[in-house]
Amino acid sequence: MSENAAPQQYRHLRLNVLRYDPRNPASKPHMQEYRIEEADSMTLFIALTEIREHQDSTLQFDFVCRAGICGRCAMMVNGRPRLACRTLTRDLPDEITLAPLPFFELIADLSVRTGKWMRGMSERLQTWLHAQEREVDLCRIEERMDPDLAEQIYELDRCIECGCCVAACGTAQMRQDFVGAVGFGKIARFRLDPRDTRTDDDYYDLIGDDTGVFGCMSLLACHDVCPKSLPLQTQIAFLRRKMAAQGLG
Amino acid sequence: MSYETILIHAGLAEKSRKNRWPARLDLLQSGTGLFLALFMWLHMFFVASILLGKDVFWTVARFFEGYFIFGKAYPGLVSCVVGFVLLALALHALMAVRKFPISYRQWRAIRAHAKMMRHADSTLWIWQVYTGFLMFFLASAHLYQMFFWPQDIDPYLSSDRMWSAGLWPFYLALLLAVELHGGIGLYRLAVKWGWPNASREALKKVKWALTGFFLVLGLLTLAAYIKIGYEHRAADAVGGRYTPAWALEKEGHTHRGDGQ
Repeated sequence: MSENAAPQQYRHLRLNVLRYDPRNPASKPHMQEYRIEEADSMTLFIALTEIREHQDSTLQFDFVCRAGICGRCAMMVNGRPRLACRTLTRDLPDEITLAPLPFFELIADLSVRTGKWMRGMSERLQTWLHAQEREVDLCRIEERMDPDLAEQIYELDRCIECGCCVAACGTAQMRQDFVGAVGFGKIARFRLDPRDTRTDDDYYDLIGDDTGVFGCMSLLACHDVCPKSLPLQTQIAFLRRKMAAQGLG
Repeated sequence: MSYETILIHAGLAEKSRKNRWPARLDLLQSGTGLFLALFMWLHMFFVASILLGKDVFWTVARFFEGYFIFGKAYPGLVSCVVGFVLLALALHALMAVRKFPISYRQWRAIRAHAKMMRHADSTLWIWQVYTGFLMFFLASAHLYQMFFWPQDIDPYLSSDRMWSAGLWPFYLALLLAVELHGGIGLYRLAVKWGWPNASREALKKVKWALTGFFLVLGLLTLAAYIKIGYEHRAADAVGGRYTPAWALEKEGHTHRGDGQ
């Protein structure tokens, strides 16, 4: 309106953080409140960094890229898993409750070890290209891939393994051995890839039981919270149809 | 003990031969669920025929007893259908109970999860567990009764069951459980298998509209039976069967004809 208007009033945010350090025998889980003044375009990641720099250097949380690519800063924000670096405080109420992702091994406070579980999942589902090439002929031109297909594969490859889908999954909260949407996304990705020689018969061995696709109860919170907006609902339904067809064969 | 038993016990069954059963069991769970949900909707229309009058309901009931095909009522036919539905229910319960939270730890985890997430589809699933568990008992009790006493499906006898036998609270609970469970279940089937390929918002709208429609129809029907049951008792005629007006007339004509 006018440049003489009173300076903008920023909100005072209250961050309630679930704190616990499993390596410290004296530590007990408890909520700790931090107060902070909001700033323009403030993300949760910025808020947490400010708290750690100016208020409490013992607060533990993870980040690497600050741009929604590394997937390290996933945490429960007011009850739902989100990336701290992609969450603007202006989209949240004055009071913000933060907790670590469930399901994964807790390092301390908001920091969890998703990588360990992700690696186990990758090994279990063999999420790498299974090409049965005789010998690689470097003089030969590579086989072409249809751009639309490449696009579809790329779409699924955008997964950053942040763990939000598994943290949002009701089945995984009850059953620790459930593959989770991240695993289904990867199977769907390799299934599309013409360079991978595996068939549905092979994939059935990996996800054709109740710890795999038949264990999915279609609560679809994975789809709703995915920070990369992957089409998890349609991919899981697709895999389910393909794997169910194996049962009839 | 067989070789197969030894393999399974050693945890090596899948190494020896591919196991197709997880896929078949998943299809069985969805298939029985689909059958039961569609059956329940048809059933609701048949039962609601009482709203069009006692004669209509009487005709529907006799129709399923084969009265209009064989010229004589065979309530055993109804028992056959009931038996088949009971079998589907038992199979569906057996398949679905595998997904239930079956330990205190699992129960606590899914409840806390739903409270944290406040995610509609996750919360609806917990309702499916509640209503499903309730129907282990309510639906089997109802089917048991219909299996052994199919001849008691009658405008007056059914109404007496509601009012004079005091079963209306039982049927009210069953109605709520069935409609919620079936509606949520059909929605879940659609998103689980990806057909019909519509948005979840659209599917959920249709689901609530159908649930609302069948709940209203069910409540009106329940009220109609209660009303008839109340009047039947007031007339001190509890236990008497209904004979449609046109049948009475026909009988009267026949008797006169015989007499001449």
